[in-house]
Amino acid sequence: MIGRLIRGGFDRTSWIFLTVLFGVTLGVAILNLGPEPGSTMHLSTFVVSVLGKYLTYALLAISVDLVWGYCGVLSLGHGAFFALGGYAMGMHLMREIGPRGVYGNPILPDFMVFLDWQELPWFWLGFDMFWFAALMVIVVPGVLAFIFGWFAFRSRVTGVYLSIITQALTYALMLAFFRNDMGFGGNNGLTDFKDILGFSLQSDATRVGLLIASAVALAIGFMISKAVTASKLGKVLIAVRDAEHRTRFLGYRAENYKLMIWTLSACIAGVAGALYVPQVGIINPSEFAPANSIEIVIWVAIGGRGTLAGAALGAVLVNFGKTIFTGLFPEFWLFMLGGMFVLVTLFLPKGIIGFFVNLKEKWRASRPPQSMPQEGD
Amino acid sequence: MDSKTAILYLENVNVSFDGFQALNDLSLSIRPGEMRAIIGPNGAGKTTMMDVITGKTRPDSGRVLFNDVHNLARMDETDIATLGIGRKFQKPTEFENHTVNDNILLALSAGRGVWQTLFAETSARENERIDEVLHIIRLDAVRHNASANLSHGQKQWLEIGMLLAQDPKLLLVDEPVAGMTDSETSETARLLREIAEHHSVVVVEHDMDFVRDLDVEVTVLHEGAAIAEGSLDYVSKSERVIEVYLGR
Ligand SMILES: Nc1ncnc2c1ncn2[C@@H]1O[C@H](COP(=O)(O)OP(=O)(O)OP(=O)(O)O)[C@@H](O)[C@H]1O
Ligand SMILES: [Mg+2]
Repeated sequence: MIGRLIRGGFDRTSWIFLTVLFGVTLGVAILNLGPEPGSTMHLSTFVVSVLGKYLTYALLAISVDLVWGYCGVLSLGHGAFFALGGYAMGMHLMREIGPRGVYGNPILPDFMVFLDWQELPWFWLGFDMFWFAALMVIVVPGVLAFIFGWFAFRSRVTGVYLSIITQALTYALMLAFFRNDMGFGGNNGLTDFKDILGFSLQSDATRVGLLIASAVALAIGFMISKAVTASKLGKVLIAVRDAEHRTRFLGYRAENYKLMIWTLSACIAGVAGALYVPQVGIINPSEFAPANSIEIVIWVAIGGRGTLAGAALGAVLVNFGKTIFTGLFPEFWLFMLGGMFVLVTLFLPKGIIGFFVNLKEKWRASRPPQSMPQEGD
Repeated sequence: MDSKTAILYLENVNVSFDGFQALNDLSLSIRPGEMRAIIGPNGAGKTTMMDVITGKTRPDSGRVLFNDVHNLARMDETDIATLGIGRKFQKPTEFENHTVNDNILLALSAGRGVWQTLFAETSARENERIDEVLHIIRLDAVRHNASANLSHGQKQWLEIGMLLAQDPKLLLVDEPVAGMTDSETSETARLLREIAEHHSVVVVEHDMDFVRDLDVEVTVLHEGAAIAEGSLDYVSKSERVIEVYLGR
């Protein structure tokens, strides 16, 4: 059953996507680990980490595309699920520091010692175990999304109102996480990580390992999303997106469909956040900033809403641009981003991917028709 | 009128929008297997009546019974659809980004739950049924086109096809022939008569030739109440009806 579901989502785009993804990832990995540092062939570890970060953003963008592109739920709060996954991983990495912290406390992270706390708060228990933290990476965002979605979708909050409360959600979490007494390190967040699963986070090999883990997570997230959207459920989602009330009169519980995809999406965002944190070395409340969540939506719009691969592409391209431009002229980046968003909305309503699909269709139409037109979507 | 023998039974239903009385003590009873035509001038409350039956609008007062036991006034759209009441909207609202084929597939009676659709596999039986429906509504040739690209008349038929696929016990059909050519209109009348052989149907329409073609009992609605009932010839002779139609 599951196998058929996965196969159903496997098309030509999937092949291209996975080939490019693993081609680039393995290429970068080999060029980092293979040639001696200093040789012209060598790629710096900086590139490895930056690519790894982009891939987690790509996974985050796919999660937003699932709810926005396929179900019409414009989330302006997905940064919250990403950050929660990141915090869950960060808590594990803090516990893994053990007695190597500045204060040398084997149990308490430095910031708790600094605040004069005597024992670990209950919600930190279990995070010393990787499997538990890994589970929480999915469960915490998932449960929050489920509860939020349960109320929002059942009371039929839609459109701009829903977008606004998702902003409120991430904003409220940001304020909460800024507080020292919440027990998540206040505005400094969690940082100074030493290693993950026993491997030093400073070593090139670990960095490459994290890059590959990010690529694998992105591939899995992509395949799950492909499978779900290609199934009959995916067709119902699109129906809900385009004419919600009509699906109700056909006997579908639109709110259940929204809740399911919303929760799945939050879990995927959580995984992305968990892989992001060890690669950037820090998680702090600014990850909850409302503007972050808006930026994700812009990546998706630029890459191509409702195409999955386009969302991932948009995330990588925009963030590549961001890395370049914030280095050259930092003041202009936000204007650039805004400008791109406006241009894409006006001239490429289906994003970059949509542009290429159009080109291909035009090219096809300009050729004399072959035997039978290909059927499919 | 007796609620026991009716598949659909409305009793003293009132609906008001900001003080405007859209349905005014409306009572109506449809027998199982019956096809009923509802006519009435613009704004008479015909669509509002369908909204009440399908759970889109809650009545302020009155009873709406399906098969004498289900109180539709207390149920939501999905539950009512699940009971077996299907609806075609006045303005076609098919799923524009889906193909004609997928529109029918989504309407086809099958599990409506999230997990059921996630693992659903279109069976040979379902594909046969889709073929049948597409044949009946004459859209086989365009089955793989996005439904957004259909002509207005084709969209109307697609909606009727979706109703067929859904196979409800009671069909509510709001203005099925608006925007159709004469031949399409008479074709639609034939199609509805055929459907009515095995279903209960309520049709709202302004086109009198079409209503005559249906050859069924007619209810005239005016200002939210039923003012006449009977054959088309009978109600057209009613002074009240003449006054309502001419006095506009
Ligand atoms: N949601 C609403 N809010 C306010 N007024 C409404 C609403 N729905 C309907 N009305 C009003 O109720 C009255 C009845 O409308 P309804 O759509 O039921 O008429 P109708 O008989 O279907 O007319 P038509 O033949 O034009 O389709 C109209 O005056 C309409 O403006
Ligand atoms: Mg109407």
